[in-house]
Amino acid sequence: MTAQPAAPLSAPLEISFDYTRSLGPVLSQFMTGLAQRTILGSRSADGRVYAPPAEYDPVTFSPPADLVPVGPAGTVLTWSWQPEPREGQPLGRPFAWALIRLDGADTAMLHAVDAGSASQMSTGMRVQPRWAANPAGHITDIECFEPAGAESATGASGRAAGGQDAAVPGAENDAVTMMTTPVRLHYQHSASAEESRYLRALREGKLIGQRCPACGKVYIPPRGACPVDGVPTTTDVELPDTGIVTTFCVVNVPFQGQRVPSPYVAASVLLDGADIAFQHLVLGCEPAEVRMGMRVRAVWKPPGEWGTTSENISHFEPTGEPDAPYDSYARHL
Amino acid sequence: MRDAAVIGFAEAPNVRSTDGTTNGVEMLVPIFREVFEQTGLTKSDIGFWCSGSSDYLAGRAFSFVSAVDAIGAFPPVMESHVEMDGAFALYEAWVKVLTGEADIALAYGFGKSSAGDLRRVLALQLDPYVMAPLWPDSVALAALQARLGLDQGLWTERGMAEVAVRSRAAAMSNSRAQLAGQVTADELLAGPFLADPLRAHDCAPVTDGAAVVIIAAADRARELCARPAWISGFEHRIDSGQLGARDLTRSASAASAFAAAGPGAIDVAELHAPFTHQELILRGALGLADEVRVSPSGGALAGNPMFAAGLARIGHAARQIISGAAGRVLGHATSGPALQQNLVCVMEAR
Repeated sequence: MTAQPAAPLSAPLEISFDYTRSLGPVLSQFMTGLAQRTILGSRSADGRVYAPPAEYDPVTFSPPADLVPVGPAGTVLTWSWQPEPREGQPLGRPFAWALIRLDGADTAMLHAVDAGSASQMSTGMRVQPRWAANPAGHITDIECFEPAGAESATGASGRAAGGQDAAVPGAENDAVTMMTTPVRLHYQHSASAEESRYLRALREGKLIGQRCPACGKVYIPPRGACPVDGVPTTTDVELPDTGIVTTFCVVNVPFQGQRVPSPYVAASVLLDGADIAFQHLVLGCEPAEVRMGMRVRAVWKPPGEWGTTSENISHFEPTGEPDAPYDSYARHL
Repeated sequence: MRDAAVIGFAEAPNVRSTDGTTNGVEMLVPIFREVFEQTGLTKSDIGFWCSGSSDYLAGRAFSFVSAVDAIGAFPPVMESHVEMDGAFALYEAWVKVLTGEADIALAYGFGKSSAGDLRRVLALQLDPYVMAPLWPDSVALAALQARLGLDQGLWTERGMAEVAVRSRAAAMSNSRAQLAGQVTADELLAGPFLADPLRAHDCAPVTDGAAVVIIAAADRARELCARPAWISGFEHRIDSGQLGARDLTRSASAASAFAAAGPGAIDVAELHAPFTHQELILRGALGLADEVRVSPSGGALAGNPMFAAGLARIGHAARQIISGAAGRVLGHATSGPALQQNLVCVMEAR
């Protein structure tokens, strides 16, 4: 009996970035209106009012004739219940999603309704917006909607009742032309079974490649599919930590997150016995001394710092041996 | 222009989660092997490859490039990608065959839906100005659509549960399905709401999976397959991205896609309906008669691998022709919130 192979390695991965978007003429007016606690809809040539506004009428494809105030109160056309709010949603407690037709509009807007419980929701109910304390020209300036007649959480009920308020920030004719939406996503990122084999060996200070059963090429890291044959690599091949520079570049431009002061060399390193080069740093000499065919050796971090990561190798440095002849690595370029 | 037909189909087991990578190779390598065994082809016979997948689903940029390793793409191949369901990749492959740029083409789709929080990830397919910044939950949006029909008396919670009952019973004959079994509507209706008015049985499960379909031009199709599934119409249409500006209880785009693809009597319709009420909407939009067998594979409710489930519907529909069980079939794929985009592929025996 062979031991059950260990499950592939995986780790949490968070991706976050800001989407910064220009708004264009129609949405710019809409967002500028929100900053002033006013909701605008777009009136099409046929008289239909879209709220939120349509940049182009989805039926006639024409830009709107003009933008007109709608609401701010409206009617719930349909709703659903969100018992466990998710990250980024308008409210941190259970709430309803609803399509809300604002007074004076012919279409409906998606937003949250802070109703307390599903039993307080009904199709046809009247709702009013609750404004964020500091509107900035973003759809989240409407914090949520609430049942009509509720004491607005932001106080000053005159605001929620509509109309412009000169004291509101952003009301000084500053057109909102851009909007920024932060995006944050969470994943559990998995390495392949073959990559996991490689990463676990690295923790022991070993370099394990694998051979493709079809073409015989040795890949390091090993792969879930040989890019020539489309089959997983299989047989383990332990490789030395010496090899050659096949090609390289000198990095002169500083960039965000840079760990090594420039200028430095990023090189394709082909380990002795491998058929595929990987990228690593070449330090320990002047960048001008690095050349194609130069023999290099891995410089490992202290064993106490090793993990399941390629970073166990700090960098490569020249061995001082004679360069490899060009013909010996030409097919790897 | 010449004709083309589906001659092969395979799909990975539909499962809640795999421990494979998000580039899909672990799911793709075995089904490429399976579809090549089915057709007697090898990778060198494929003149054009096209994939459907999503970087947002994978949580990494250019995830489809790593998937190309599963092809064995050296020497270089003619290859393309759509950030959509593999059904839309098949459309591109079909155009390549019709225009004579390839005689045999392969489309595949894959999705490791379990890698992230699918119900949040799908918010990024929405309008980026007035909807996506609110991070709407994908199940909640479908629930808004379901309630509209319930309120208007167009369907009932029991009718929705019966869709799930039929799906799970049908899936008992599909070894790759995720959810299958004999249940009753009463049992299902006793369950709690997931997103009122939707219960868990109304919603497709979160599924990891992949699918592959091979099509061939007329002469090659006859050589390679005793009963090819000839594509007689292939159309896709889209409704407005403004969720509140269209009638969500109907599917105008599905209806117009089918009208353009060649309506008429069909024996089997494989529908990509990730929610029970959406199957009811599609039955109406496509005008399916009562005797039409709907989703004998179990459909998306029995397994909904993102970016592969639509292609799998076309594959399952084609299999009905290839096996001799049907004479004219329809495969459907959807994308976007509340059936926003719809693709219809009509296939027939000749």
